[in-house]
Amino acid sequence: MKEENITFSCHKISEGKVEGEALISQEDILFYLCDPKTGRIIEKGHDLEGQSVAGKILVFPAGKGSSSVQVDGLYQLLTRNNAPKAMIIERPDTILVTSAIIMEIPLVDRVEEKFYRTVKNGDYLRVDADAGTVMIVPQRNHSGQKGNA
Amino acid sequence: MYLTDEEKAMLAGEYGAGTALAMKIQVAVGECFDAPRMVEISKAHVALSNQEADLWFVEKLLKAGARCRIAPTVNPGFHLEFCREHLSISTEDGELMERTRKAYQEIGAILTFSCTPYLEANVPRFGEIISYSETSATAYVNSVIGARTNRESVQSSLCAAITGRVPEYGYLLEENRTGNILVQVEADIKNDFDYQLLGYCAKKIGYGVPVFVGLPAHPSQEALMNLGAQLNTIGAYAIYHVVGVTPEAQTIEDAFGGKDPARTVVITNEDLAEVHQNISHPEGKIAFAMFGCPHFTINQVREIAQMVHGKKLAAEMWILTSSLTKELADRMGLTETIENSGGHILDNTCIDQPCWHHLEGKVGVTDSPKCAYYTKRRGLEFIIRDLRSCVDAALKGEVS
Repeated sequence: MKEENITFSCHKISEGKVEGEALISQEDILFYLCDPKTGRIIEKGHDLEGQSVAGKILVFPAGKGSSSVQVDGLYQLLTRNNAPKAMIIERPDTILVTSAIIMEIPLVDRVEEKFYRTVKNGDYLRVDADAGTVMIVPQRNHSGQKGNA
Repeated sequence: MYLTDEEKAMLAGEYGAGTALAMKIQVAVGECFDAPRMVEISKAHVALSNQEADLWFVEKLLKAGARCRIAPTVNPGFHLEFCREHLSISTEDGELMERTRKAYQEIGAILTFSCTPYLEANVPRFGEIISYSETSATAYVNSVIGARTNRESVQSSLCAAITGRVPEYGYLLEENRTGNILVQVEADIKNDFDYQLLGYCAKKIGYGVPVFVGLPAHPSQEALMNLGAQLNTIGAYAIYHVVGVTPEAQTIEDAFGGKDPARTVVITNEDLAEVHQNISHPEGKIAFAMFGCPHFTINQVREIAQMVHGKKLAAEMWILTSSLTKELADRMGLTETIENSGGHILDNTCIDQPCWHHLEGKVGVTDSPKCAYYTKRRGLEFIIRDLRSCVDAALKGEVS
């Protein structure tokens, strides 16, 4: 039996359409505390400490940190191809929002509550900020697909 | 989102591609937060950071022809001439600072290089709509002065300076400024340093707008700077209220806008002690003392000068401040007193800059948890103490 893609509605913040693997954090993220060379989170005690955000669809509650360091952290990741492909958040703040917009990283919020009960680390996600959708794509439906949509 | 004809013209590129880009970003931010319209600002402060992304963005706007309608004041990078002569900076880092300085001057900023514009040079009035980035500044202007700004990023405040507008949302609106967390301070608040620790209790305070009760009736300007700087570093608090002290909280009813608090948090001596324990390196020998995150006020400079007068420091001491405060310190003989003891007072400079290589791997002492938090990435370790204990430590070369 073929598994169906499951689609959830969301709200666009920064435009774009990408797909990739989900990485979920229960904690807020400060990209300044990522190693730009590897994408790994170096913040002590963070629930993703040691894991890389590079190329992931990053699912987390919100950004944190001061007005300059968030954007610089993200910029350093981006210029080394280690930035997340897209970000799915719950509480937008001006600093993360402007960072995503100026660096053209898709960012969405207000995803249906059901999404959070369904999504697991490593799930294959298709984020279409412009259409306002996040899709969980079962393994067999995307085999062989890599990179941007 | 509603735009006036003037704003539509900016977006359409009639004022050049740079202004159009700034407006495009601001419209996207406004739409994210469901802002109904733009509102004009009369002041701006940009937390220039002298980092790669900072320079990249300001040069991108410049190349597209952008200029500021509202001249913003700016944060410090490092004092290029002083650092080239007395500290070790790489050629690349020196060039980065040179380019950053040039770019901000060209785009139309006022080169204050200070993170405390709210004390001098760019002081807003109550109710004024402004666009301020910089952690301590955002919290101070909203909370202590009652001006209205969102917790802007470097880039969003620069866009606001260019268009002279901000999208109307968040802390510009009355209903989002009122408190929803009652913070009952049962801890003994003895000095300005205790406000640093109180601000660092953000994890216990939780998400929202805190309203503090139980604090001394007449906190100093420095105490309120410290509280906001730490709250907004470890958490994301653009505004707080202190009942009977800050202007939008003359009474507890005012502070909560007539509503009941969503929750109540009690802060005890044990909470402060636990925070202090968690953030400070264990006591022992120190190689240096670092002050001025945020930039020190003339009162703080004077307190240090009085303590070191006629004595010799056993550890390096750096006091970071604005050039206006430095000028006052020079005039009042404080600089001479501090230099005679072996200390330095340095203007236009921030601790989170690539000019402190000689301190890497060393342990210092500071009164600012924020100073210790951001410099972890630069390999600096800090014992955190109140100001007088820090100065004592610098005289003895250790914290005991």
